[in-house]
Amino acid sequence: MSWGAERVVVRFGATTALDGVSLAVTPGRVHAVVGGDGSGKSTLLRLLAGVLREDGGTVRRPPPHRIGFVSAGGGVVPDLTVAENVEFVAHAHRLSGWRDRAGDLLQRSGLAAFGDRLAGHLSGGQHRKLAGTMALLPGPELLILDEVTTGLDPDSRLEIGRLVAGAAASGTAVVTATAYLDEAERAEEVLLLHDGRVLAAGSPRSIIAAVPGCIDDLDAPDDPDRAWRRGRRWRQWRPAGDRRSGGAMTLEDAAIVSELAAGGGAR
Amino acid sequence: MRRDRRTLALMFGVPIIMLTMFGYAARFDVKKIPTAVVGPVPAGGAGLGPGFDIVARRPAGDVATARRLLRDSRADVALVTGPDRTDVLVDGVELFSAQSALRRLATLPRARVEVLYNPSLSTAVVMVPSIIGFILLFVGLFITSLGVVREREQGTFEQFAVMPLRPLDVIVGKIAPYFAVAALNMVLAVVAGVVLFDVPFRGSVVLLAAFGLAFLFAVQGFGVLVSTASRSQGEAVQLAILIILPQIMVSGMIFPIRAMPTVLRWIGAVMPLTYFNIGMRSVLLKAAPLAALWFPLVMLVGLAAVVFVVSVLLFRRELA
Repeated sequence: MSWGAERVVVRFGATTALDGVSLAVTPGRVHAVVGGDGSGKSTLLRLLAGVLREDGGTVRRPPPHRIGFVSAGGGVVPDLTVAENVEFVAHAHRLSGWRDRAGDLLQRSGLAAFGDRLAGHLSGGQHRKLAGTMALLPGPELLILDEVTTGLDPDSRLEIGRLVAGAAASGTAVVTATAYLDEAERAEEVLLLHDGRVLAAGSPRSIIAAVPGCIDDLDAPDDPDRAWRRGRRWRQWRPAGDRRSGGAMTLEDAAIVSELAAGGGAR
Repeated sequence: MRRDRRTLALMFGVPIIMLTMFGYAARFDVKKIPTAVVGPVPAGGAGLGPGFDIVARRPAGDVATARRLLRDSRADVALVTGPDRTDVLVDGVELFSAQSALRRLATLPRARVEVLYNPSLSTAVVMVPSIIGFILLFVGLFITSLGVVREREQGTFEQFAVMPLRPLDVIVGKIAPYFAVAALNMVLAVVAGVVLFDVPFRGSVVLLAAFGLAFLFAVQGFGVLVSTASRSQGEAVQLAILIILPQIMVSGMIFPIRAMPTVLRWIGAVMPLTYFNIGMRSVLLKAAPLAALWFPLVMLVGLAAVVFVVSVLLFRRELA
């Protein structure tokens, strides 16, 4: 069974947040949703989770109790301890024999030693890992993560990445919105959104391959409208260039070029 | 500032509400004191001045009849006429009516004046039962609305939406603890009133509990309504102030309802605090029975039911 959205439209008053967006979600695969601020990432995820309703198109999703959702806010109760938060989820889902699984998930997320700590006293990374653990505890068919790694240190991002990969390996369909394109590059499927529309979709390799022209790695750009910084150097898109003459292209390059081509401007 | 319409409304709305209500409601002098005349009226009339408004006549009644009329708040002053002298009973719970009546009665010949329920005309005895309502409204409204808004800000409601929980489970789970805390608050406030301020507890505990229960439902309803209409805790505070202020002004808590213009009396008539005040004062100080308090109790239950049901339906729509 696969889940997803088919040509969905979501409006907030006069603003169209999603305009004809489609995403097919396959079990056992990680799907990354990327795009700039206001591109519609969170709206798409909330739609898939069922906390928003579509104004057009169709959404296929498992029943609510088979969805694990970590919202941008986290959804953790700060006045409960780590153990109590996990227990609350177990009771809400009427899980039996959940303690071993909870212990395993807390171990993998590095929270096993913090069971008695109030969730409100956790660090940002621990907070997100707890939210992920709570979402994974009932063994969801569809796991939806809204920018859970934003602002976290590399170790925490790595631990969350392991949790996500473990869930996908056990057959869970994962949809994750992320601000980090290196994370998205490790996903099987990527959906690039811009102003509520799909700019590119497919595997990271196919998205990179679909970018026309080439990317030059320069000390100084000669076409500032098509150039962006990376460290001390500049990346510059040459639409008519030969791919073989440019440097290696990353998903980040492909995403920026796609936005440039869509009229999003240089960075 | 012009984009923050709610703050703007608060900046101008609160002064307008306060000026209007203080201007019209802030009357301590009761010009017409509702008075009952019990016993045969002498040929020359009861001898009362123009400040007394005869609202009940009981030609065949006696002192017990007069006491009942005051206990049931049918009048603030009862005149019991007799062949030799006139007994005047004054309801000490209606503080400003009583003070006004005592000034006017000083000129009445052969009258024996007795102040009932609050003989020393103590302000604390009258105010403390009302303050209990204010405390419940203030604390209950703020803790419920801020608590619910905070949870929404933290994203827990979105989390609940993907859990196998019915909206009713969430509503009961969220409101019940606040309700329990508010109920405990009420018990503590009543005990403090009795122990610290010598407020007498003369009436029925069950009747007091009935008024308290209905009022707490109304307060919780207001709290949920405020949270439903607020996107942040700051907005919830602003809206809560707008709900609390008018209730304090026109509920009879500070200013006597009898001294207010008709419009404000009508506004007060749809405020739960008005009926809770009547219930608290009548049960605690006058030992009024249900037969005398059925109307304020029915009104309070009705208002509480409307506020609570509307708030729960809106909250449910948000969770569904």
